[in-house]
Amino acid sequence: MATAAAQNPAQPVERENYLNKHYGVWSWLLTTDHKRIALLYLISITFFFFIGGFFALLIRLELLTPAGDLVQADTYNKLFTQHGQVMVFFFLIPSIPAVLGNFLVPMMVGAKDLAFPKINLLSWYLYIIGGLMMIHCMLTGGVDTGWTFYTPFSTAFSNTKVIEAGLAIFVAGFSSILTGLNFIVTIHRMRAPGMTWSRLPLFIWAHYATSIVQILGTPVIAITLVLVVAERALHLGIFDPKLGGDPLLFQHLFWFYSHPAVYIMILPSMGVVTEIIACFSRKRIFGYTFVALSSISIAVFGFLVWAHHMFVAGISVYAALIFSILSYAVAVPSAVKVFNWTATLYKGSIHYDAPMLYAFGFLGLFTIGGLTGLFLACLGVDMHVHDTYFVIAHFHYIMVGGAVMGYLGGMHFWWPKISGKLYPEGWARLAALIVFIGFNLTFFPQFILGYIGMPRRYYQYPPEFQVLNVLSTAGATVLGVGYLLPMIYFLWSMRYGKPASDNPWNAAGLEWKTASPPPTFNFDQEPVVTWEAYNYDELDAPHGGTPHTQEVPVVR
Amino acid sequence: MGGPGMGSQMSSQTIGSPTVAVHEPDNPALLHHFATEEQQRNSASFGMWIFLATEVMFFGGLFCAYLIYRRWYFGDFGAASKSINATLGAANTAVLICSSLTVVLAIWAAQTSRRALLIAMLVLTMLFGLTFLGIKADEYKDKFEEHHVPGASFSFDHVPIPGHPDQYANPRHAEIFFSLYFIMTGLHALHMIIGLGIFTWLLAMAVKGRFTPEYHTPLEIGGLYWHFVDIVWIYLFPLLYLIDRHP
Repeated sequence: MATAAAQNPAQPVERENYLNKHYGVWSWLLTTDHKRIALLYLISITFFFFIGGFFALLIRLELLTPAGDLVQADTYNKLFTQHGQVMVFFFLIPSIPAVLGNFLVPMMVGAKDLAFPKINLLSWYLYIIGGLMMIHCMLTGGVDTGWTFYTPFSTAFSNTKVIEAGLAIFVAGFSSILTGLNFIVTIHRMRAPGMTWSRLPLFIWAHYATSIVQILGTPVIAITLVLVVAERALHLGIFDPKLGGDPLLFQHLFWFYSHPAVYIMILPSMGVVTEIIACFSRKRIFGYTFVALSSISIAVFGFLVWAHHMFVAGISVYAALIFSILSYAVAVPSAVKVFNWTATLYKGSIHYDAPMLYAFGFLGLFTIGGLTGLFLACLGVDMHVHDTYFVIAHFHYIMVGGAVMGYLGGMHFWWPKISGKLYPEGWARLAALIVFIGFNLTFFPQFILGYIGMPRRYYQYPPEFQVLNVLSTAGATVLGVGYLLPMIYFLWSMRYGKPASDNPWNAAGLEWKTASPPPTFNFDQEPVVTWEAYNYDELDAPHGGTPHTQEVPVVR
Repeated sequence: MGGPGMGSQMSSQTIGSPTVAVHEPDNPALLHHFATEEQQRNSASFGMWIFLATEVMFFGGLFCAYLIYRRWYFGDFGAASKSINATLGAANTAVLICSSLTVVLAIWAAQTSRRALLIAMLVLTMLFGLTFLGIKADEYKDKFEEHHVPGASFSFDHVPIPGHPDQYANPRHAEIFFSLYFIMTGLHALHMIIGLGIFTWLLAMAVKGRFTPEYHTPLEIGGLYWHFVDIVWIYLFPLLYLIDRHP
């Protein structure tokens, strides 16, 4: 097989790969190579991450002082609305599936590309179009309804660009649907010979489950947005109480997607963490079948719990009870994963490389986020903390402490494969630590703030809340530094980083059996799989069955 | 970092040893990332079925909203439903069912190399589709003239509830019915128009002789889409047009 025979780190010979095969802007903008599309997405979502982060910065700056003195109230409404919309729809939902999923799914199953490469490119263009519409909307007035668009404010009373924002998200939603569609068909139909379902990496199972949620859930938000736009533009009355319409119908339709959407955001990250933990413990994942099926369970159960966002909205107590019980149930498969990861770590040979640091961060922060979700699922507690900073802290623990940490861990883990270069390990570990500290400093005070009564979406607060708010803003600054560092050293590594071998981590998985960066068609010859997943015992066996403690990679 | 040795360390697993897939390197209809035509065909079909699942969820939101309001405002919805033309709706149903038949015949024609019949069936399908849209336009015109289009000029006064001639329908609830009527049938009509676009392209390919008994996948997946649009109408028609019809 074509491996590192040609790779001499002192004088790298540039083998033909997907990056250098064709040059020129059009070779990128008209590519159908899933790996290039993944990089297009990487640049785009990073751009939107900056925009969403910018709004977060302004929010935290305003909240440094108890008075509303940085921006006006209406402006503040736009800040938190757009922070939420951009981060949810234009960063988190695409992030891991569109970047790591696009890059890795075909390689992990042993295929040359996704099932529908042109639809993959279309998906990116739809994302860009939706993104441009959103930017235009924000620059010409913005939206102030909250990312949740509740009616009748959004349909009848708001003076902001609700229609344009709704249409932007509608378009971006199709991007998500097409990605999910592509993954499902690829995983079903394009596995290499010998790659049975039970030999698939759990990253694939996670993306399969995510794709199911994407294709079944996203159309519902699409039609909800159509209804909101129609109602606002044509003055219909579907959600208007004056006509006998029901605002709660909007909430049900909205949350029917938006709750499963959070599973779109977390499931891929769980898949990444599984891969990382296996590699850096040098062990098979404990309970492969349970972890695989837990992904599917989360996807299925995730569709049954939406009204836990509506406990105080006016639904009946009996409905609330049922959704509360179901919300407890949906936590079980997530807990199954945490237990299995822990069992994998037990008696493993742990290596503390940067990806693993992010995975450890994920374990702790996701657990806290998940448990606080159970607090919220409890009706009595929710009465008290609904619409407070407790909720904000809960979902940021999962979305940032969970999903984003997983995303960063995955970017570090697969960076050598994607770019053919090694990132500087020392800086990466430092950045991971800064992110972890910054994150906790930002969001832990918010649990307390919420519990003692600070409402969300308020730009002013009683003076006794100031200390916690200042801590939170300070943490956000640290977190920002932690996010900037990887961007800098990843870019640096593309020029100055050491060339990577095919498999610098000695990891299991088909993607590691081809060059870094891979050739355009992924494998020189079609793989034939005869081994089980996570065969770390076989991988480490040539070295006497001991893990490679002496050969832990350290880069200076 | 170099990992355990900068070079290859794969020993027990080699990839690229005897493959069992059958490759068809010289088949121009086979895209490069598929191993066989069968895989390509199955993937296209599977992909279309998944897309149709998303469409079910898309229309599903509307059906959900409709069913809830119908249950709450049954009498008012009955009155509003009575005012739309069930004869035209039934005619449209027949037109669409016929068009699904012609689609199936078109596919059969492709499978049996009957190019003339294929083209004829595709044209007929499109004619049926246009007929449907024409009848729909006529219905919309009627609604416009009767001031049943939701908005500023909507009026639905003194319309009795079917079965209760002494009670009048609530115009506000009737307006909700018509909002849903226009959105649901409008969205359906939009899908019909897109379908006509798809079939125009299929017709062009058929005329150029691109379809053979071995390769007519675009026809099959276009046909699936058309059947789906048909089946949405088959649900829409009784729900919207046939509420509480008394002889």
